Formats: sequence, C-alpha cells, structure tokens
Amino acid sequence: MALLHIAEPGQSTAPHEHRLAVGIDLGTTNSLVATLRSGSADTLPDEHGRHLLPSVVRYRQDAAPEVGGAALDAAVDDPLNTIASVKRLMGRGVEDIQRLGNQLPYEFSAAASGMPRIKTATGEYSPVEVSADILRALKHRAETALGGELVGAVITVPAYFDDAQRQATKDAARLAGLNVLRLLNEPTAAAVAYGLDRAAEGVFAIYDLGGGTFDISILRLNRGVFEVLATAGDSALGGDDMDHVIAEWMLREAGVEAGNDRRLLRRLKRDARAAKEALTAADSAPVQLVRMDGTFWRGALTHDLLNRQIDPLIERTLAPTRRALKDAGLKPRDIEAVVLVGGTTRMPRVREKVKTFFGREPLTDLDPDKVVALGAAIQADILAGNKPEAEMLLLDVIPLSLGLEIMGGMTEKIIPRNSTIPTARAQEFTTFKDGQTALLVHVLQGERELVSDCRSLARFELRGIPPMVAGAARIRVTFQVDADGLLSVSAREQTTGVEAHVAVKPSYGLTDAEIGRMLRDSIEHAGEDGAARQLREQQVDADSALAAVQAALVMDGGTLLSAAERAEIDLTMAALRAARAGTDTTSLRQAIQNLNHVTGEFARRRMDASVRQALAGHRLAELES
Amino acid sequence: MAITLTEKAAQRVQKFLAQRGQGVGLRLGVRTSGCSGMAYVLEFVDAAAPDDIFFESHGVTVLVDPKSLVYLDGTELDFAREGLNEGFKFNNPNVKAQCGCGESFNV
Repeated sequence: MALLHIAEPGQSTAPHEHRLAVGIDLGTTNSLVATLRSGSADTLPDEHGRHLLPSVVRYRQDAAPEVGGAALDAAVDDPLNTIASVKRLMGRGVEDIQRLGNQLPYEFSAAASGMPRIKTATGEYSPVEVSADILRALKHRAETALGGELVGAVITVPAYFDDAQRQATKDAARLAGLNVLRLLNEPTAAAVAYGLDRAAEGVFAIYDLGGGTFDISILRLNRGVFEVLATAGDSALGGDDMDHVIAEWMLREAGVEAGNDRRLLRRLKRDARAAKEALTAADSAPVQLVRMDGTFWRGALTHDLLNRQIDPLIERTLAPTRRALKDAGLKPRDIEAVVLVGGTTRMPRVREKVKTFFGREPLTDLDPDKVVALGAAIQADILAGNKPEAEMLLLDVIPLSLGLEIMGGMTEKIIPRNSTIPTARAQEFTTFKDGQTALLVHVLQGERELVSDCRSLARFELRGIPPMVAGAARIRVTFQVDADGLLSVSAREQTTGVEAHVAVKPSYGLTDAEIGRMLRDSIEHAGEDGAARQLREQQVDADSALAAVQAALVMDGGTLLSAAERAEIDLTMAALRAARAGTDTTSLRQAIQNLNHVTGEFARRRMDASVRQALAGHRLAELES
Repeated sequence: MAITLTEKAAQRVQKFLAQRGQGVGLRLGVRTSGCSGMAYVLEFVDAAAPDDIFFESHGVTVLVDPKSLVYLDGTELDFAREGLNEGFKFNNPNVKAQCGCGESFNV
C-alpha cells in the first residue's frame, strides 16, 4: 500500500492528488534534491544511499549519458567526454569561455547563437543540455523516491547570477521536463533552511565555500523580505583549490613532475581530496604516489601541514567578506547570524577562521552540503500549495538596478536594485525632436549613471509614433520582473496605442566578478557620476536650446529681428556652442541661461506673429463660438 | 477499541512534532473520496475537537473522531521504507478491498 506522510491540520490531500514538489541545489561540483515530508525537509538519496549527486555528465557512444558518481569515476580515464563544473559555463558566451579556456579540459565550438558547445565523442552539447541531464537524474530520483510525478521544483542559483545565467538555468529545467516553480537565490535558501525567515528582521552573512567557488552574501530580512545587501566572492576558489595545493605538495614531496599528464593530475587530486576529507575527523591521513619508475612515495598529511597549505586560500575568502561588509556599510559584529554553506566549510580550520572573523559561532547544525537544497524544498512546498494560506511566502529581490538609456548617454533607473520581485514599474518618456516617429529603448542593468558603465541587456525600437512637436508624445515604458528575476520591457505610445516590447534574452558575457565590480564602482564613483550626470544634462539642454533657436531663426529670423538683435543672438549661440564643447557645468548652465535671456524678446514676437496669423481672416464671432 | 503505533512510527511522529515546534498529537481518520471509496487522513493536531477520542501509544497522543474510529478500530500505524520511498502505513484489519495504490479502500 502507499506510504503516507503527516499533513498540516486540514491540509490532507485526496488520494492521487499529492502535490509533490522538490527543491534542487544545482551546484558546480555536486547537486542535491530535497523535499518536505511530514513537515520536515530532507534530501533524497539514490539507491546506494548517496545524497550528493556529483554534477558530472559523461557522454558515451551508444548509451545514455552517465550522470553522477559513475561519470566522476570515469573522468580520470575519459576526460574529454566527461563534463564537470558546467555551472561555470551557464549563460556565458564563447568569448567568456575562451578567457577560462586554459583552465578547462574540454574542446569547444561556437554555435551560431554564440552559445558555446562542448565537443564530445557523441556530439556537441551546450552547457544548458549538460545541466538538463543533471536535472533529469535528480527528477528521476525524486519521482522514484516520492512515488509520483512532481508538480514542480524550486531551483537555486547564486545571488549574483545575471539574467542570462538565470534564463539558462530555467531553460535547462524545461529541457529536463521540470516545471520551475521559482528560481531562488542560494544564500536566501540557506537562510530559510535555518528558519531565519521566521524572525521579524535581522542581518545575516551566508559564507558559502563550495568545491570551486566562494560566495559571501550579506542578507537583510525585513518584514518577510530578504534583501541582498551585498555579495562578493571568488568564482575560482574552493575545495578544488585546496585539493590542488595538497596535490602540489605531494608532487614536491615525492619529487615528481606531472607536466600535462591530465590523468595523473586528476588521480592526484582525487587522492588529495580524500586525504583532506579524512582530516576533518582524524589527526593525520596517509598519502602515497607512484613515481614514473614504479617506486612509491609514502607520506602523511597532518593538520599542521594542511593548515600551512590552505591558510592562504582561506585568507582569500576573507578579503571578499570584508568587501561585502563594507559595501553593506556593516561591521562584522553587526551580523546576527553566520550560516555556513558548502562542503569545504566542514573543515575545522575554515570554521575556526570564520568564527574569529565574525566573533561569533557560525550556524552548523545542518549539513553544509544540504542546507541550500533544504531551504529550496521548504519554498517549493509552499509554492506547490501544501501550506495553509497564512504561511508567508518568501520574497526575493533583484541584485542590480534595471533602467534605460535617456538622451546624453545617461541611465534612468526604472527598478532600483533590491526591489522585491515580482514587480512592475512604469515611467513616461517623451520625444526629443520635433516630428520624431521612433524611439530606441535601450535596456540597461547596473548602478552607474552613465550608459557606458552599465551592462546593456537589450535594445528595441518603438515605431509608428505620430509626428508631433518635441515633448508632446507620451510614451509609457513598463519594466516587469517575474518571480524568477527575469525581465520584460514594453513601450507604448499613449495617444495612438502603438506598442513594442522585448523579453530580455540578455546578451551573454557578464562575469560575476564584473557584477561585483559594477556594484563597487557605483559606490566609489557616486560623486563623480553625479557630476558627470549634471554635465550631461546641461549638454542635452544646450543641444535642445541650440536646435530650437536655430529652427526659429530659419523661419522667422529675417522678418522679426533687426540686424543688431540677430547679431547678438548669433554671438550668444556661438558662446553656448563653445561652452557645450567644454566640461564646465556651471559655465554651460550660464551660457544656456544667456541664450534664453537674449532670445526672450524674439520668442515673444514669434508668439504674437503666430497668434496674428491664426486670427487673420476670421471674424470675432467665429472665434467665440 | 484501540489505535496503536509501532515503536518506529512513534519515534518518527515524535521527531516530526519536535521539528514542527508545536502540535498536541497526531490525527488519524478516514474520509470519503478516492477511487475505492475511502481515504486515510494523517495530520498534525494543533487543537483537539470536542468529540475526539484519545489514544496513547509509545508516548504519542493519537486523536480520532468517532465516525472514523468505526473504520479504523484495531489499526496499527507503521513507518516503512520501500525502496527509495519511506512513509507511514496503515495496517487496518477492517479493510476488505483497496485500490491498486492502496491510498483508498473499502470496508
């Protein structure tokens, strides 16, 4: 008979109507799937009782792809067809990959879309397809364990993942046949797993040291909303690097040159890793290495030796941590709870250093490998509708502001960063030139004032605006961000109803380091940006004034102005043009005011003339009716 | 008349109640629905109903409403593992037929 679980009071589901939902931590090194049963979250093991699924896929001739442990084992012997750490490639363009190129043992080819594809014996696979294979394995595991089809999944992504990387993750899920209930930021999921969302408010640090990446996130909880105050990290720092320094130490001790022998390197790293893990519980771990001539080197790795190798690496995690705190305007003692995430935080030395840094004991009750998946499972359960209404649904925020380009190469922010999502905001814009019939909407992501300092997400044109004088058209631009942090933008001319929109399929190519840099720059350059913005605004005003006066002179300059008046206006315009070419905001503003002043009388006469013209030939009665 | 829990099931229920942080016991019941007539109800209890009947088994308070008790009398609740799946199982002597999946039954 079927196996049942305890439901919340009044929430028993009818037979065959269980809403099975899971949380998935799609990690760089390992992935996990978790679900809520009888009110408590747990990760689901495979048939061998293993909870972690190595995020490794091996493509074989005439067989289905192998995922997980078996693929990882084969990596040593079949490195080119065995894809690991594919998360690093998600949402990246070919150029980004080439930059990472020499660190990755794969061969790439560029597809027409600019999405890189990995060459294997059975064909080429995109990172999205490889991720889909991992997700498919987790979905199969969950459906076997839960005895039914999943209604959906919450998949976690790093807080710094941009639109492209989030979209790629969603695409992978769709490819695997998973309904994505929501993408959730990993640090937020970790905080949820510890029930930190149940507090009214608080500031938390999530220290996530995984296999290949380090992320530190500072979160603030305020009325059920987690704000990401700051994120920082190192996308090339993790347990793998520790394995690497241990492997190098072994090579040095044994007096062996590994050169480019990939198989030897992989085997060495595997042994180094085993020794490192053994030291979490033991005081010393034996290591050995076979030399080329068949002789053995045997040694022992102790805590002292290990700490000497890895302390510089742990120190490298504290620099981004300090930076994140500085960005958030906080001191280590302001943090109310520190959550440890990632298998590498099991190392006693890492815990010790984190404790010293924050001056408080970090939260370690939950398995650091599982904590993100557990939080995702709790969210999935709520989203699938298995909880009473009163249960608060967790909200997330967007990490970078979204806006568009306005005249003068400036950014107008429509949705400021840390806005809760889903959200929609609209703003009205107008035309800049007389008779303008089209508008280019350039969608940007970033905190800086100038377009050139932000990331370009998309461009689209709104055409068919009826010709009107500058400033008469009313164009409403709406930005909408869905619950997964994905953006769509629409523009609509209010009088005619012409409309254009774009779902942002962002141009690939922003690294997380760049996002971090963009955030930091915005803080460092706030004053500078403000000045640049003022100057650009004055320049735009100057251009607009010059164009207007020029047009007026062409039409009425001959009839309404005396030669002396005309000469004075020309002189003032020349002065303004000169100021426009410079960078002095104050003198530019003065020059614009001068032109306005000098042309005041001309403008009055033009007005009178046009009124006279409009009235000519009409009787008074006609005008009164 | 009695409803019992196996020791394994009782341990699980106590663990889940502790993790939940609140609740006075476990409700067992039946209701009409499903493909074969009746379906089991298994829920946490935050507040007992006036006519609930109480049982005590391995330190767990079990609550059953009088109507359900007619169909559940003598039932033993077990916690079982079947392959990758695990969960609670009703060993109900009153059942005459059940649907293939065992989620609903007839008496």
